[in-house]
Amino acid sequence: MIDISPSVMQFLLAFILAAPLIGAAAALLPAPPGLKGKSPEQAVLRHGVTVTAVILAAAIALTLGFDHDTPARFQATTDISWIQALNVRIHLGIDGISLPLLLMTALLFFLCALYSYYKLPQGPSPKAFVALLLVLEAGTLATFAVLDLLLFFLAFEMVLIPMYFLIARWGGAQRQAAAWKFILFTVLGSVVMLLGLLLIGLNSGTFDMVALASDNGRELTHTTQILAVLAIGIGLAVKTPMWPLHSWLPDAHTAAPTVGSVLLAGVLLKMGTYGFVRILLPITPGGMQTFAPYLGAFAAIGIVYGSLACLALARKGNKGDLKRLIAYSSVGHMGFVLLGIATMTPTGVNGALFANIAHGLITGLLFFLVGALKDRYGTADLDTLAGATGAALYGRAPRLGAFLAFAAVASLGLPGLAGFWGEMLALFGAFDPAEGLSRPAFLTYMAIGGLGTLLTAGYLLIVVRRVCMGDPKAKSAAPAALPDIQHYEFAAWTPLVALTVLAGLWPAVLLGLTDPAVQKLLAGGNS
Amino acid sequence: MTVLSALPALAAGPAQTPSLVQSVDWLALAPVVITAAVGLVVLVADLFTGEERGPLLGWISVAGLAAAILTLLPLRAGDRTTFCLTGDPDACSYTADHFTLVIQFLVLAGALVTALLSVTAVRDARMPAGEYWFLLLSSAAGAALLPASRDLATLIVALEVASLPAFALVGMRRGDRLSSEAALKFFLSSVTATAVSLMGVSFVYAATGSLHLTQVADRLEHVPGQLDTLAMAGVALTLVGFAFKTAAVPFHFWVPDTYVGAPLPIAGYLSVVGKAVGFTGLILVTVIAFPAYSDIWGPALAVLAALTMTLGNAAALRQSADRVNGAVRLLAWSSVGQAGYLLVPIAAAAYSDRDQIGSTVAYALMYAAVNLGAFAVAALVARTKPLQRLADYRGLYARRPLAALSLAFFLLCLAGLPPGIIGLFAKVTVFQSAVDAGLGWLAVVMAVNVVIALYYYLRWTALLFRTPEEGGAAPDPAAAARTRAPLPVTAAIVLTVVTALVLSGAPQLVLRFASGSLFPQ
Repeated sequence: MIDISPSVMQFLLAFILAAPLIGAAAALLPAPPGLKGKSPEQAVLRHGVTVTAVILAAAIALTLGFDHDTPARFQATTDISWIQALNVRIHLGIDGISLPLLLMTALLFFLCALYSYYKLPQGPSPKAFVALLLVLEAGTLATFAVLDLLLFFLAFEMVLIPMYFLIARWGGAQRQAAAWKFILFTVLGSVVMLLGLLLIGLNSGTFDMVALASDNGRELTHTTQILAVLAIGIGLAVKTPMWPLHSWLPDAHTAAPTVGSVLLAGVLLKMGTYGFVRILLPITPGGMQTFAPYLGAFAAIGIVYGSLACLALARKGNKGDLKRLIAYSSVGHMGFVLLGIATMTPTGVNGALFANIAHGLITGLLFFLVGALKDRYGTADLDTLAGATGAALYGRAPRLGAFLAFAAVASLGLPGLAGFWGEMLALFGAFDPAEGLSRPAFLTYMAIGGLGTLLTAGYLLIVVRRVCMGDPKAKSAAPAALPDIQHYEFAAWTPLVALTVLAGLWPAVLLGLTDPAVQKLLAGGNS
Repeated sequence: MTVLSALPALAAGPAQTPSLVQSVDWLALAPVVITAAVGLVVLVADLFTGEERGPLLGWISVAGLAAAILTLLPLRAGDRTTFCLTGDPDACSYTADHFTLVIQFLVLAGALVTALLSVTAVRDARMPAGEYWFLLLSSAAGAALLPASRDLATLIVALEVASLPAFALVGMRRGDRLSSEAALKFFLSSVTATAVSLMGVSFVYAATGSLHLTQVADRLEHVPGQLDTLAMAGVALTLVGFAFKTAAVPFHFWVPDTYVGAPLPIAGYLSVVGKAVGFTGLILVTVIAFPAYSDIWGPALAVLAALTMTLGNAAALRQSADRVNGAVRLLAWSSVGQAGYLLVPIAAAAYSDRDQIGSTVAYALMYAAVNLGAFAVAALVARTKPLQRLADYRGLYARRPLAALSLAFFLLCLAGLPPGIIGLFAKVTVFQSAVDAGLGWLAVVMAVNVVIALYYYLRWTALLFRTPEEGGAAPDPAAAARTRAPLPVTAAIVLTVVTALVLSGAPQLVLRFASGSLFPQ
């Protein structure tokens, strides 16, 4: 939109990746004179907000400078040799697929830092909290911006340690077990993924994603492709998470602090699906073709499984935890994303990418809201919250109730909001899958997915009824004065609401970016 | 040395009429000779210095090791050989090629860090200074000789020179029953292994009529039918002695007790230099001397690697936080696990080409820096908490933030997770060699092991940042925290942490060994 010179763009992208790391190191040092603030704690939290804000600003500048007429082309690219022995290059660049994810990541981290500035979760020093948050940001941003397989692996691994500590130190009940489950599951997945990446790299002689993508798997034998897709797919599927490899997710989400859940759902899960789109689809199309029906089947099961689990949790008397419920709803939503990818059609993949962003915005918002509820009530247990008639948020804290209802309705895929388009396109893609894929199978998946949307609507409406409605005068677990939305909460949540509406009413703003890139990706860099 | 290397010259047969006196390239020998000479100097100097001048000997040793490292610089072209047969100038007993130089650097630098840690340990534990330093330097000299050896006799001699002083060093803690027991255990099992190796060497000699590795390699290609079994048995037995030093399963049982019984710096020394001795010997005999039998030692080493890492990591997993000496035991078992990773590229060399061993070298360099670093921090912590329980590390960050951060970094390097980038990429090269050689199953076993290892490394790391236990003897830790870290220990930690950090930024510095060839073509 704005004409920014290529070297400045290049610098901006490199800055976006380096700044969080520098910021993390700086967070550990004592504040310089003049920036001491009211207390060391306040100073370091403010530091976190500043750094993430600067990164968000840089990401916005990058978006503005991005040439929207050629989103299929990698822009702001840097390509320098780093480890010659392994043929690892620091190859950075963004295209229409990674730009939205990059921007959303920067936004969510800023909002989380802002939220924590006012509402720091219980735990040890804020210094470590901010440093870990920034390292986490570096890892996630790098995942979306690197174009080298081994660098991708490095970025993929970089998020583990900070997330582990965020859950294990600042989390709620059962946090140790949940943190261990999270890190061991994902490490096992990513080490297996490394084997697949090495297989690709060694057989084709390069780890460069751009070169490999334009090669479109021609250098790789079918056996190699199958092995590579299996290995890499497992690693990515654990992260996404795909049913039946999802079991770490509900625990991690439930135990993590509010911002941890927001980032897990909003950003970390996207790393898995992004890997599917960026690596498996273009680099090993043959292997992907073989596994696509299975991936679609797992996705369809995941959709129904997630929804049924949520329905069970939402029922009266089941002592369902709201955070756990939303975690399971993520399994369902990510099922749609995987189904879209499995179709291997531009429609499906575009839908998957759209659903990715939508899920990041909406579920991020939901976790913020549930976290706020938990802070106010001291519990996220649905039965305790609801009491006999319902928590009556509409009556007790009308704005909070409205936000929650909005997020729930967006999550169930109401047309006109962001959640609708991605899932619709994914199902539409399954209606007519790529050549060579079994159409009856995908029609079945589509039908199952359609059923899943119904179930999703069911449990989310139950949640709204039990939490937002009810008799405000009935005896309940609510504290005497239930504070409504605070100004900082308002600041952290409104951007998500606005973007959800924007993406819902004007889907072209996203699809215009992703579609050319996806077309090129599926055609092997030829179109 | 000349006498030693005259032996193989004699063995080569009476056909040679030219003079038996071989030319000696002293510059090529300098790293070994300087180390040995400084050892003797220290032993003699001990007679003339009193108890109060104790640290002087330590600093002489440190300076000697630093000088030996410096003499590697003029050799860096990697083209020198010496003690060559007068009849056959291609068969040399001592070669300073790139492989030799890298391993010599590893060994000497490892010994240097050990020496830095020992300066205070010798004084605090009241160990006999002269003997200690002499033994340490002798062992280092042997370990530096080993990578340069290119005949089986020199190899075994170097192995013994490296090991014999180590037995005495392990038993150095006076009046400590555990220490003597550890030394005896180590000694008996090690001697048995060497004897087996020696028998293997004699079989190989009988089958080939040569001790020079290159000649052995050539002649093993055409072993007469009736000697084939003998040669095969010789190859297998020779590997045993080196597998023992590497602490590969099933030759690992001595490790935990020995490490716990030994003075802490010596445990670190054994875990790095001792292992280097083992895998260097393994590399030399397998890829240089016995390539003809790669179909035997390849699968054997692959299985050994898988067993070693699995058993080592599984045992490390079981270390409870409250056990006395738990920290050292954990490091001991983890070093067994790490030895498994070191063996993978050697096994892979059997399936593809011998340059795969470069990954072992690269991994070993990373491992040496971070493992010694971990031992250095352990030595620091042991000053205030001599029980060495894992629980003693709880809240280290509150007491010594920099030491805690360093240890966390070392442990994450060992685990191979960012921010330990060098650990990550070193593991990647090892994985790469396995995948490249088609050893998919081994790569998968290793992948599972990486996850197991992560659990105990990360558990320890997490412990460092926990809030210290409330209550207890409040004034005691406060006073202890104020005791300043001794300069040599600090220097060792700084040295290792800076190395690890630099390598994390520029992994190419060590990984380049994994891509090219270390042996002259």
